[in-house]
Amino acid sequence: MLFIKDLEVSIEGKKILKGLTLEVKPGEVHAIMGPNGTGKSTLANVIAGRDLYEIGGGKVSYKGKDLLELSVEERANEGIFLGFQYPVEIPGVSMTNFLRTAVNERRAYHGLDPMPAGEFLRMMEEKKQLVEIHSQLASRSVNEGFSGGEKKRNEIFQMAMLEPELAILDETDSGLDIDALKVVANGVNKLRRPDNAFIVITHYQRLLDYIIPDFVHVLFNGRIVRSGGKELALELEEKGYEWLKAQAPA
Amino acid sequence: MPSNEQDRILENVTSGEYKYGFVTDIETEVAPKGLNEDIIRFISARKEEPEWMLEFRLNAFRQWQQMKEPQWAHLRYPEIDFQDIIYYAAPKTKNTLSSLDEVDPDLLETFNKLGISLDEQKRLTGVAVDAVMDSVSVKTTFQDTLAKQGIIFCSFSEAVRNHPDLVRQYLASVVPVHDNYYAALNSAVFSDGSFCYIPRGVRCPLELSTYFRINTAGTGQFERTLIVADEGSYVSYMEGCTAPQRDENQLHAAVVEIVALKDAEVKYSTVQNWYPGNKDGEGGIYNFVTKRGICKGSNAKISWTQVETGSAVTWKYPSCILLGDNSVGEFYSVAVTNNHQQADTGTKMVHLGRNTRSTIISKGISAGKSNNSYRGLVRIGRKAENSRNFSQCDSLLLGNQCGAHTYPYITTENRSSVVEHEATTSRISEDQLFYCNQRGIDTEKAIGLIVNGYAKEVLNKLPMEFAVEAQKLLSISLEGSVG
Repeated sequence: MLFIKDLEVSIEGKKILKGLTLEVKPGEVHAIMGPNGTGKSTLANVIAGRDLYEIGGGKVSYKGKDLLELSVEERANEGIFLGFQYPVEIPGVSMTNFLRTAVNERRAYHGLDPMPAGEFLRMMEEKKQLVEIHSQLASRSVNEGFSGGEKKRNEIFQMAMLEPELAILDETDSGLDIDALKVVANGVNKLRRPDNAFIVITHYQRLLDYIIPDFVHVLFNGRIVRSGGKELALELEEKGYEWLKAQAPA
Repeated sequence: MPSNEQDRILENVTSGEYKYGFVTDIETEVAPKGLNEDIIRFISARKEEPEWMLEFRLNAFRQWQQMKEPQWAHLRYPEIDFQDIIYYAAPKTKNTLSSLDEVDPDLLETFNKLGISLDEQKRLTGVAVDAVMDSVSVKTTFQDTLAKQGIIFCSFSEAVRNHPDLVRQYLASVVPVHDNYYAALNSAVFSDGSFCYIPRGVRCPLELSTYFRINTAGTGQFERTLIVADEGSYVSYMEGCTAPQRDENQLHAAVVEIVALKDAEVKYSTVQNWYPGNKDGEGGIYNFVTKRGICKGSNAKISWTQVETGSAVTWKYPSCILLGDNSVGEFYSVAVTNNHQQADTGTKMVHLGRNTRSTIISKGISAGKSNNSYRGLVRIGRKAENSRNFSQCDSLLLGNQCGAHTYPYITTENRSSVVEHEATTSRISEDQLFYCNQRGIDTEKAIGLIVNGYAKEVLNKLPMEFAVEAQKLLSISLEGSVG
């Protein structure tokens, strides 16, 4: 589904990713861990198409297409979803209107008519229940006045609504209490299917108690320095990142 | 507004061109260019006006000659040559029209193209229309229906002929002839506009609306609107306007007066979409308008809602004089400027009666190289005890070459009143656009969503028929303004 080969990325002349290789297949959950400032968020943003970055080399293909050739909205409509680390507020735009626009844009992209209003509202109710959101969030403006936890839950809710093929969650667990963390994790677990994939970026092992990854990758200094199964996360928790730093090439 | 409707509107918007830029080829009678007493006599004669009306005009003209163009607004435009303007242009028609069949088909077609049906059979919503082309009213619909309740809704010229007492009583009672340069000019040369009188205790069953259209090249439009709401009555009035696309500038200087007597309520909504000029700032309408209402009796209420997207230059301050005790004034505005447009707009709330209240919500949106200024005056008089004003002035910037300015003037002459003023300036951030893009929404649509969300508080105040139009306009006006 996603194949990244020797990706090199810099921002304002500073190299962040230095030859990163990663393959994600349908049905898989990949966890990317690593200390702060190693390029985890850069990777998420480059896949989503943020234009702040210069691509120095390498390839990214997604469903057989050259991902780097697609605009941000084309990538989204092709099924890539980014759960933001810091979701922005859009005052005055209701979640309902926002999501309706997003859902219908996706449908238009695939040559489908807009979803009828009744069907859309039913879908919202259904997804709210699925991800255990009981608040009136749908009638509020996008992220406006939401607490940190609400914003993250809202990202999961949007993910449920948009049914992505590849979802990247960028430190969705940061700043969450244990209850909110469970909501986020349950959301992901319920949305897991054989035909979709997740990249879960996290600083802590904690989230992986609830989302069991198929693969764990450790990103350090712009490269994946170690990959393994879920037990790698535990090892990392035990030994700390210092352990890896000692092993990593400079 | 249901969101599917909103989506439909946003989807419909695919080309950013001004859609109303066409010219109707119709035989037109025009006065020679220039302004002097002979021209005024010519206009008055064409309208078969009584002597007192001609005198009113001549008096206004003499006062205007003594006055100077105001320079205080945050606007820049070349000096206007008032002798290079045609002050009267009228599509040639029979003298009086009793049925729609007698209206020139070209005129009907023009208004159809503008989305204004003059055919009462075809009305979809409860709206009566007075259609004004250049200097004359073409047709007023539903006059008979309204007359059954004693409501007068007609062109201003008709009112002068048929209801002279009412016109004489209220004309210039809110905006005196010498009020300002453009009001004096309008008083001298005003051509047509609407007159409306709602009798005591009557709730007007239809939305009344006037649609103004400038067609002839080189003409100015100087319309005059007078709305009188007698005790305990209610009316909602809407005004719309467009003009052909030309590379010359055309002048529009209107006066609107509203009188609300005891317990009366008037809602006045405008969607102003005069031709704004092209991307390089060539052409467009100069819009110098004086709009003012007076709450004459206690518990009267006047509410102005405007969506300003058009004109090269806008100078306009719909105001309320709150004379009656407990009277209420409201001003809700969305002003959009793009390319080289300039707007200096706002309101005046003059509190004279006790327990009077006013609300001002102004949303400015600037894009391109435009300048958008809010200028608002709140004056609470000595006797206006326990009065309140709340003002909120927000500016939204798109891009980095435009300007937003806020000029509040506040005076309070008693201690029991409260005035609150809030102002914010924000811009659509890259982060917001990226967030929308990541959800599959392209930048153009994202701006439409964000701008409509930003202006929602004001758009919600518009009558339904207008809200649709206004949302559409906001999106069109801002097309191509980012990226």
